Amino acid sequence: MTRQVVITGLGMITPVGKDVDSTWRAILAGTSGIRLIDEPWPDDQPAKIAGIMAVDPASCLPPHEARKLDRSQQAAVVAAREAWADAGTPEIDPERLGAVVATGMGGLLSLINSYDLLLERGASRISPHMVTMIMPNGSAAHVGLEIGARAGIHTPVSACASGAEAISYAARMIQEGRADVVVAGGTEAVIHPVTMAGFAAMRALSTRNDDPTAASRPYDIDRDGFVMGEGAGIMVLESAEFAAARGAKIYGIYGGSGLTSDGHHIAQPDPEGRGAARAIAEALADAGLTTTDIVHVNAHATSTPQGDIAESTALIAALGAHTDNVAVTGTKSMTGHLLGGAGAVESIFTVLTLRDRLVPATANLHNLDPQIHLDVVAGKPRELPAGDIAALNNSFGFGGHDVALVFRSA
Amino acid sequence: MSQEIHEGLAAIVNEVAGVPVADVQLDKSFVDDLDIDSLSMVEVVIAAEDKWGVTIPDSEVKNLKTVGDAVTFISDNS
Repeated sequence: MTRQVVITGLGMITPVGKDVDSTWRAILAGTSGIRLIDEPWPDDQPAKIAGIMAVDPASCLPPHEARKLDRSQQAAVVAAREAWADAGTPEIDPERLGAVVATGMGGLLSLINSYDLLLERGASRISPHMVTMIMPNGSAAHVGLEIGARAGIHTPVSACASGAEAISYAARMIQEGRADVVVAGGTEAVIHPVTMAGFAAMRALSTRNDDPTAASRPYDIDRDGFVMGEGAGIMVLESAEFAAARGAKIYGIYGGSGLTSDGHHIAQPDPEGRGAARAIAEALADAGLTTTDIVHVNAHATSTPQGDIAESTALIAALGAHTDNVAVTGTKSMTGHLLGGAGAVESIFTVLTLRDRLVPATANLHNLDPQIHLDVVAGKPRELPAGDIAALNNSFGFGGHDVALVFRSA
Repeated sequence: MSQEIHEGLAAIVNEVAGVPVADVQLDKSFVDDLDIDSLSMVEVVIAAEDKWGVTIPDSEVKNLKTVGDAVTFISDNS
């Protein structure tokens, strides 16, 4: 019998809120965190809109701590502190405590800033913290140090699926008996003209610069790409026995995960969504559930023309006729795409949706693309039924990564 | 001059490592008393070099055990 894993603490910093409470209220209210970037960027920059974190994470930390951390690491530490406090700062043998914090691109901003400094003032001015600021495992390491984790710290890197993969990895650490408590999630902060130029060169970004809050519009016929966001989401995962023994409050139950790969293209989704469909089926099997147990999907739904259709196809392949009974939402319509942070932030949204039995609406969905055959929640939040319910969170990443997570109501 | 350097150095140590300014006394050891690790010491050196236009070679840094050692070195070389 696999050990059951529960969720006992949540932490977030996102484009719509400085913490879990403010973010979740904004998401239920349909508030967009996307705005025009107020920086002197090159005139030919195709996309100048993004979801900047609602507060500067550096302002949430003492200055001597903030200066040693990349912006993505600052966000991870801020979210981890919130999650750890929310879980009641569990007393635990450090050798039974782990940290798994993912990122898609690591401390890219620190590398770029250091290069600018090198050109301007020379090698001797480079910070002795630069290496630990740019290494992708830096966030996991800092969060691990924060809580004193000694069971292992890990950093799955799978582009936009990273945050979800981290939660899967963390849950399996508990299921396999390596740890009793694992702090897990994802972070990203790479909004910069050069990264935005790169994503724009792939024709992946929305260029709706004249109407920022309407730019991220998953499933809408007029969608034209994703909008870059930044932020972090962290949850405290715990064995059910350990949580019960210390009387922890339980937000929800981790059901299971499915991880596959497309084997199709470096950046384009498989139009048939076969890898994604297999991930969903594996997650359901891992959770010991069937398709009819699922009432809700927090979809990857990035607002790219191809990706949204491929995910729709995958959901129908995996859930069959039951798809019509599933309330689907795309919260990137409000946060933008947090890349390596997305899967973690959206897993938290999924857990809160099950707790409140209220599915947030997909913003900016006015005309459903006729190629999308899903019941997408739009306009206002939708209530979910009473009783034991379960939901899926999908995350896919450049490289062909497919990760599906199943959560159950507490 | 030394007083001014002491105050400036205390501000740097505070900024780099979060040590209260009042704790950065001349007889305090960077490592043993102020808990400045080797990476933070590099930051202190960079900031001091910028502030007083001195060069503090690596070979010299290991001799700067106390705040007073650093104040004296900067005072003698700036």
